[in-house]
Amino acid sequence: MNHAPPAIQAGPSAAHAAPPGRRGALRAGLAAMPGTLHAEWTKLRTVSGTAWLLAGVVTATAAVSAAAVAATKCTTGLGCPADPTKLSLTGVYLGQAVVAILAVLAVSNEYSTGMVRVTLAAMPRRLAVLAAKAAIVGAMVLVAGAVAVAASLLAGRLMLPGNGFTAAHGFAALSLAHGPTLRAACGSVLYLALIAIFSLGIATAVRDSAVAIGLSLGLLYLPPILIALTVTNPVWLHRLQRYTPMTAGLTIQNTTGLHGLPITPWAGLGVLALWAAAALLTGGLLLRVRDA
Amino acid sequence: MSAGTITPYRSAQPAGHDGFPQLLRAEWIKFRSVRGWIIGVVVAGLLMLAVGLLGVQASIACSSGPHAPVKHGAACVTPVPIGPGGEPVSDSFYFVRQPLTGNGSITAQVTSLTGVQQSAAPSGPNTAQTQAGPHVLQPWSKAGIIIKQSTKQGSAYAAMMVTGGNGVRMQYDYTQDIAGIPGKVSAVHPRWLRLTRSGDTITGYDSADGFHWTRVGSADLAGLPSTVQVGLFATSPMHVYESSSFGSGNYNGVNTIATGVFDHVGVSGQHGGAWAGAAVGGSQGLGPNGPGDSYQQAGGSFTVTGSGDIAPVTAGPGSSVGPSGTIEQHLVGTFAGLIAVVVIATMFITAEYRRGMIRLTLAATPRRGRVLAAKAVVIGAVTFVLGLIAAIIAVLIGTRLSANQGIYVFPVSWQTEARVLLGTAAVLAVGAVLALAVGTILRRSAAAITVVIAGVVLTYILAMASLVPLPVAEWLLRVTPAAGFAIQQSLPRWPQVTGVYGLPQYYPLSPWAGFAVLCGYAVVAMGLAVLLLRRRDA
Repeated sequence: MNHAPPAIQAGPSAAHAAPPGRRGALRAGLAAMPGTLHAEWTKLRTVSGTAWLLAGVVTATAAVSAAAVAATKCTTGLGCPADPTKLSLTGVYLGQAVVAILAVLAVSNEYSTGMVRVTLAAMPRRLAVLAAKAAIVGAMVLVAGAVAVAASLLAGRLMLPGNGFTAAHGFAALSLAHGPTLRAACGSVLYLALIAIFSLGIATAVRDSAVAIGLSLGLLYLPPILIALTVTNPVWLHRLQRYTPMTAGLTIQNTTGLHGLPITPWAGLGVLALWAAAALLTGGLLLRVRDA
Repeated sequence: MSAGTITPYRSAQPAGHDGFPQLLRAEWIKFRSVRGWIIGVVVAGLLMLAVGLLGVQASIACSSGPHAPVKHGAACVTPVPIGPGGEPVSDSFYFVRQPLTGNGSITAQVTSLTGVQQSAAPSGPNTAQTQAGPHVLQPWSKAGIIIKQSTKQGSAYAAMMVTGGNGVRMQYDYTQDIAGIPGKVSAVHPRWLRLTRSGDTITGYDSADGFHWTRVGSADLAGLPSTVQVGLFATSPMHVYESSSFGSGNYNGVNTIATGVFDHVGVSGQHGGAWAGAAVGGSQGLGPNGPGDSYQQAGGSFTVTGSGDIAPVTAGPGSSVGPSGTIEQHLVGTFAGLIAVVVIATMFITAEYRRGMIRLTLAATPRRGRVLAAKAVVIGAVTFVLGLIAAIIAVLIGTRLSANQGIYVFPVSWQTEARVLLGTAAVLAVGAVLALAVGTILRRSAAAITVVIAGVVLTYILAMASLVPLPVAEWLLRVTPAAGFAIQQSLPRWPQVTGVYGLPQYYPLSPWAGFAVLCGYAVVAMGLAVLLLRRRDA
């Protein structure tokens, strides 16, 4: 008789069982989480754009990585780029843009179609909705990112020896058994997921897809040019290298010359995590206090 | 029962005009009535200014000696000689000369040109290790004969010379270069050179045997005084080598000297007596511990050793000027402004789709291509005006600030400056039209904005911020819309100067070719957009 699907059952029954008070509300929210997650998963899964964008993440990342590897010749052993792992992961620069679209659309599509009012009517716990969205988008990007990074490294492993990155010039073949390479690979996957959370937070805060994508890509791509071409004050240069989302986050890709880095690889990824958390928190706060 | 014809209802309002001006007006009203877009355009301009002026380098300090007082800022700018054409030039060489009044000529046979360069990796600060021989000769090491207005740097001249790797050349007034007999000079294959003055015109001849002369070219040096300096010279530019191939790379430079051996030197005309040697521009040879500039005379034979260059200066590594900048350095914020412009231009069309406004627009103006054209004109004009204002302010303030900080800003002609400023505005305008077209094709803001930002801005960043290897960077700036930024390049490449013509001062494509690539993308995207707008239901 009681054959209602668990996703639906979880919400109301848990709400009934919950004792009153803040702790109760939290517990009720947690109990309703599987349903919320399921709802967000269904919404994202059934939009055709999601699959295309995830495929785009993989294609863009792998294609740019392969192109960068193919174009780099190391003929004399002198003047070769010192870090073949980082070179093989060049595609992340473009892949993150596709990740940003995916994350922005996950939020702003709801606003542009008015779907957000249905969502919030069905699931009034707004922060839970946002958390579920972030979890689902993050998980999707983790999977796509893992494929993209694996494809990039495979391209590097296959093509680099042919371009002169051989043992004779002091380069070993790329291998995940090599600690720093494994760290760079896992870190790049996490980097993409954090970019998704970051863009998702921005999109929740500004609600419009155009402004959100412009803001996300601007915050990502502006500082590297400032570092490379404009800022010459060493104090500011150091600050920009340590505390801007893309430059700090991508230090996770470095496998050589680690002592010369402005920030250690994991600390750099941590900086990006803080940016993502701040964006998500701002988005969550605005989602709570504003009318949808 | 007169069943009179029923007059159909006619509005009392006069029929409205539906020409292109009305369409433009409609689109302009749509644009200006959205507050966010106006704010966005202003933000784009402010971004351009802010990022551009961040690029002004920090004040530099300098002192003329270990015990001299330290100077700061503008006091540190060492003047760079300016050639007759107004361009900054390098004018350092060893000159064995005598005055010549009125018309006359100088003839010499060159039997040898050899070079010496500092070792690429000196083992200590005070050891000047050198390599000698013809193999270290620079392609543009020069020795030959010259007629020069005066010994002042930057004065007019015409010269015939043998070079390390480019055969015999006639060069004059720093920028002009004409090829003569190809091949290397040696005792077996000497080269005869001759310069003849007739009024303001100096004609150069070369010969392999001293009997059969060929006219190489002639130079019209307007305003040449009646008494000029004639003589022999030798000079050799710095050898610059690359120590990394990643991005814009790391470069090191070492000094070189060239030695020319002359025979059968003869001057005809009213000339004054003895030969005198002097290093024009205070050239130093290989530095305090190496062989310096000098000349020796034995009968009619001369051996002249010199270093430096007689040529326009280039920016970038190996440049003979100190801390330097270009006018376009203050326009580096263009890409930041472009991000904001792309967002607005895309929304100019995608907002119509999102709100359903497009159906009203197309009902009012069924000629869909003209609607898009009107939108392109409006967004292009708005961003052009904004870009021009921001560019003018950025360059005006930026060059002044740079000069105060002690940075030498390369002077350019007003035509070049106008091309850089108008080109910057045009890059923004064409970028906006491209974004509008992509927005029409994709009808989705997020996807359209990302495509344009990835195509124009990301490629520019990857190339300019040394995030990809140099060949990839140059390839990106040839084939992607980011090639359009080449219009900002203010300094020309000189075939007769071995410089490091690399980013960020020198783009792989010429300014107009690069801009044409960007325009090509915009035209193709517009064509596709018009086609799809006509074919598809709105």
